[in-house]
Amino acid sequence: MISSVKASAPRNYRQTTTINLTMQTLLVVATLLAVAPLLWITGYVLVVGGSALKLSFLTKDYEAPELATEGEVIEGFPGVEHQGFERDERDGPNLDFVARGGVLHGIVGTMIITGLALIIVVPIGLMAGVFLAEYPDTWVTVVVRFACDVLTGAPSIVVGVVAYVLLVRHLGFSALAGSLALTFLMVPTITRTTEEMLKLVPMTIRDAATALGSPLWYATFTVVLPAALPGIVTGVMLAFARGAGETAPLILTAFGNHTLSFDVFGPMHALPLIVYRFTDSPFPSEHTYAWGGAFVLTMIVLGANILVRVVTAYTQVKGR
Amino acid sequence: MVSVVSVMNGEQPAKQPAAAPVGHARGHSLTVRNLVPFYGKRQAVRPVNLDIPPCQITAIIGPSGCGKSTMLRCLNRMHEMVAQARVEGTVWLDHEDIYAAGVDPRLVRRKIGMVFQHPAVLHTRSIYENVAIGPRMSGITRRRELDDLVEHSLHQAALWHEVQDRLKHPARMLSGGQQQRLSIARTLAIAPDVILFDEPCAALDPIATSKIEELLVALRSDYTLVIVTHNLQQAVRISDRTAVFMIDRDAKDYIGSLVEVNDTAEVFSNPQDPRTQDYISGRVG
Repeated sequence: MISSVKASAPRNYRQTTTINLTMQTLLVVATLLAVAPLLWITGYVLVVGGSALKLSFLTKDYEAPELATEGEVIEGFPGVEHQGFERDERDGPNLDFVARGGVLHGIVGTMIITGLALIIVVPIGLMAGVFLAEYPDTWVTVVVRFACDVLTGAPSIVVGVVAYVLLVRHLGFSALAGSLALTFLMVPTITRTTEEMLKLVPMTIRDAATALGSPLWYATFTVVLPAALPGIVTGVMLAFARGAGETAPLILTAFGNHTLSFDVFGPMHALPLIVYRFTDSPFPSEHTYAWGGAFVLTMIVLGANILVRVVTAYTQVKGR
Repeated sequence: MVSVVSVMNGEQPAKQPAAAPVGHARGHSLTVRNLVPFYGKRQAVRPVNLDIPPCQITAIIGPSGCGKSTMLRCLNRMHEMVAQARVEGTVWLDHEDIYAAGVDPRLVRRKIGMVFQHPAVLHTRSIYENVAIGPRMSGITRRRELDDLVEHSLHQAALWHEVQDRLKHPARMLSGGQQQRLSIARTLAIAPDVILFDEPCAALDPIATSKIEELLVALRSDYTLVIVTHNLQQAVRISDRTAVFMIDRDAKDYIGSLVEVNDTAEVFSNPQDPRTQDYISGRVG
């Protein structure tokens, strides 16, 4: 006997079911296509870059490639052992040289350059975000918001060229010039996320503060900003990730420096610069620096994100 | 008399419920004259004239969208916080025009406090901090003074005995009714003369509601209270006077107007306006 539930199926039941299934399949495929490159890239960096990783890679700065000793494993080419010095030019890449240095100078440089940029950019971005969210819309807010959106999409090499013309031509290559170039790329991220997060804070809280006779700045800094803090911190992290990964502006400003340097007024290396410079190195063993640098950079950004998530979750600062 | 102007001049306002303000034995009155709130070009309510007597509970009732809350927010200059909003006409606190030029709305709001439907308690801050926020804002930093103020305000809001052991706990631990009483304590801590309530019980269960109602009746001896409510029984239970706002059904402009003000018993037993009669008998709204 046909159950009444099944019998009640409308005429187009089979059709709608098929469409539903098709759409579901399409969505899953599209999602996989979108995520696959991400997984592929990170996976590749983790596997190849991770294999280059050993303690000395994190504690040394650059060392020029040296002739390998017999039996030494050529870094970046796992499983290939040095076979001695008799080789034919046609054998392929020159594996006689090994890179024994590390990327400590790049790690330190990236921290200093993006750290400095953050110090400059966080107060500016926060204030601008508060201005956009809390103060009534005028032509000024419209212009600021538009400028932010334009800056978000600005090609980073253009920012680099501007910094080069305005700063580097007069003061020489320096980490500070690199930081300043990065601020232009980081400021819109912080400003717009701050604005969006503040707008999510319910009006009722602002009303309550106003009804107590609170001036706008007091309500903003003691009540509204703390409520939006986790979101704002996420925005700052996004800006950090963007700044840490930028290469083009740094080529024209921080330039790069093979030794460990703390002098912000002089050239300094950074992880993305290392990746850039060593990817096409004539010494194949130096490709290790590129892969390892990419790996460390990924880890730093990932680690910072996880750290912030953990800290904000732990302190239970919740946006209402 | 503690005036807004004297506060502006830096004099310390002392809470003096027994002191005689001009024209009244005690307490503070509000006088609304030709008040018209606007949202941009749109007029929200026809000119309102309303006397709110001291140390009484005045209820404002009426169907949704008739401008009750808008009117209430005009009484402590909250209305103008909305973008494009403005007000014509005046409101007098005792003998002082709160819309006069040179009067800082922030100081008006310290004299005329407001409690909302949503308690807007800061969930991550402690119960203590939620009450202390107003006094801190006015520059009170001495621990003893703050402690006393917080305890006194929580006593007044009938919350002290429920929270005295956990003042340092985050306020999110409190129930909805307790949070609403906390928001009342927060308002009391800045020592207002008048307190406006915008549907304070709309989100509460009957037991929490009755606690708030008891609290309002108790506060009446020291404060002038105005309450907007959708709950007609609540108006009957606690208010001394009732103002009825309605939207004219015949007019097509959807502008609210004040149709009747009288003693509560009179409004509900012997309404003068037919629109009031329809509303309280459940025929409209």
